[in-house]
Amino acid sequence: MFLSRLVPHPILTLLLTLVWMMLMNSISAGAVAFGLFLGLVVPFLTQSYWPDRPRIHRPLKIVAYILLVLYDIVMANVTVARIVLFVPRAKLQPAWIVIPLELRSPEAITVLAGSITLTPGTLTAEVSSDAHAILVHCLHAPDPDAVRDEIKHRYERRLLEIFP
Amino acid sequence: MEMAFEIGVSALLVIGGLLGLIGSYGLVKLPDLMTRLHAPTKTTTLGVGTVLIASMLWFWVRHGHATFHELLISIFLFLTAPLTANFIAKAHLHRTAGHDDLPPPGDGAVWAGQQPPEDEQVDEPNILPEEGVGDAL
Repeated sequence: MFLSRLVPHPILTLLLTLVWMMLMNSISAGAVAFGLFLGLVVPFLTQSYWPDRPRIHRPLKIVAYILLVLYDIVMANVTVARIVLFVPRAKLQPAWIVIPLELRSPEAITVLAGSITLTPGTLTAEVSSDAHAILVHCLHAPDPDAVRDEIKHRYERRLLEIFP
Repeated sequence: MEMAFEIGVSALLVIGGLLGLIGSYGLVKLPDLMTRLHAPTKTTTLGVGTVLIASMLWFWVRHGHATFHELLISIFLFLTAPLTANFIAKAHLHRTAGHDDLPPPGDGAVWAGQQPPEDEQVDEPNILPEEGVGDAL
């Protein structure tokens, strides 16, 4: 289709326009026009590097997901601060955890990996060669299986609803 | 009201400073690279975040003009912090971890960083000096 070749990533176009308006800190006609210009030109010029448009079902769930992750980031900070301050080095139990993935879209896996790194004492280190598992490092995990189940239940299940 | 607002903003600044301090202390205290990575990716990110929220509130309420720059800085920080951590972790694993140090991913796959290169001949740059260069010296 002609339109989809001209505007390969509509959401990216919208996002770039918004970011430009926030950078300019104004909603004047000039800012909107130039933002829209960037929003149209940048995705058009870079579309050969990003051929597939990620399919997103239920965009409203993204907002809920972002709020959940923000809440978890705040809690994560308290948890990590407590571990740093009060758990002695000898009692620290770092662990590697393998998380088998049901997510298949690369964008969804990236979002999941980012969320894991930003939240309680966990950090994504590697992805497997077939992209069916990720390797997560835990700062302090007396029970690694519980951490794996929580990540699968809390984040991956929600992401599966957004990226089918 | 004014007083409560100033206390709120100050509290955010102090919390931000404390979080930054704890993150830095974590870098010193934790035993190895992988555990050390945890401190700056979380604590410092939120520490900067609270300082930015304080700045946004202050200029909004005190000077009457809202700026979105702080919001953008937080968004970019939250987007880049996991990527930085991921790259440091990958480089660390690449340099130090052997095949037996990590749990296997299952399904007969290997971790992406430990994959043998598909064709070493292609990627090998030709570093031999051209003929005649050595003779001239």
